Amino acid sequence: MDNINFDNYMHLEFLNKSENESFARATVGAFVAQLDPTVSAITEIKTAVSEAVTNAVIYAYESKIDYIYISCGIVGRDVYINVEDKGIGIPDIEQALEPAYTTKPESERAGMGFTIMQSFMDELTVESKTGVGTIVKMMKSIEE
Amino acid sequence: MKLVYKCIGKNMVVKFIGEIDHHQSKTVREEIDSVIYNDNIKNIIFDFSNVDFMDSSGIGMILGRYKKVEDKDGKIFLVNVRGNLDDIFKISGLYSVAQKYNTVSEALEVV
Repeated sequence: MDNINFDNYMHLEFLNKSENESFARATVGAFVAQLDPTVSAITEIKTAVSEAVTNAVIYAYESKIDYIYISCGIVGRDVYINVEDKGIGIPDIEQALEPAYTTKPESERAGMGFTIMQSFMDELTVESKTGVGTIVKMMKSIEE
Repeated sequence: MKLVYKCIGKNMVVKFIGEIDHHQSKTVREEIDSVIYNDNIKNIIFDFSNVDFMDSSGIGMILGRYKKVEDKDGKIFLVNVRGNLDDIFKISGLYSVAQKYNTVSEALEVV
């Protein structure tokens, strides 16, 4: 993660199995709970994490089994969450961020993942390199 | 997640219990589709009163069922939609193809 002096920090790594989608969002939600956020704020963070992790499960490694990494840091009331994979990468990030864009419509993907992450978090940036992997960086300020 | 459903004529009432995500939606869509096919279902009422969590995989799952019934002029109804789910439905534009009602009985009155 970026060079920030976090008050608290945690790191997770797990296989790209769809069973781990609920594990990932529940764990991040439990970590963020120390800031005593509203139920609505926690749900928004869990939803954003679920979207990012689901993207990594579905798109990053194609049929290969490999790791997804989550880093989560807290500084003051700000929560920083990175969801990272070392998969095939996103060739055109701008296109991937467009609402309803998906490369897997046959799997009933709505293409709304990034749009929901952007709506529920205060900041979202996507860094990706073809053949190297993708990092989704999100930040949300938790109100007092 | 568990799924409870009942069919009233050509209307299917589907109640989800638990969390709707990518992992869970894979199994429920097959279950719903077999009922749509076997019972010749036209309209589907999705009841979210017992849904603890849903992400955009739920949108894909609902749109997929809409595509199954739209050819026979079938409609999709969403009932007991609370806070965060309402946000997700609004953001994703789902209300352009599905109608929101407060309760199952209100939806059944208009099908």
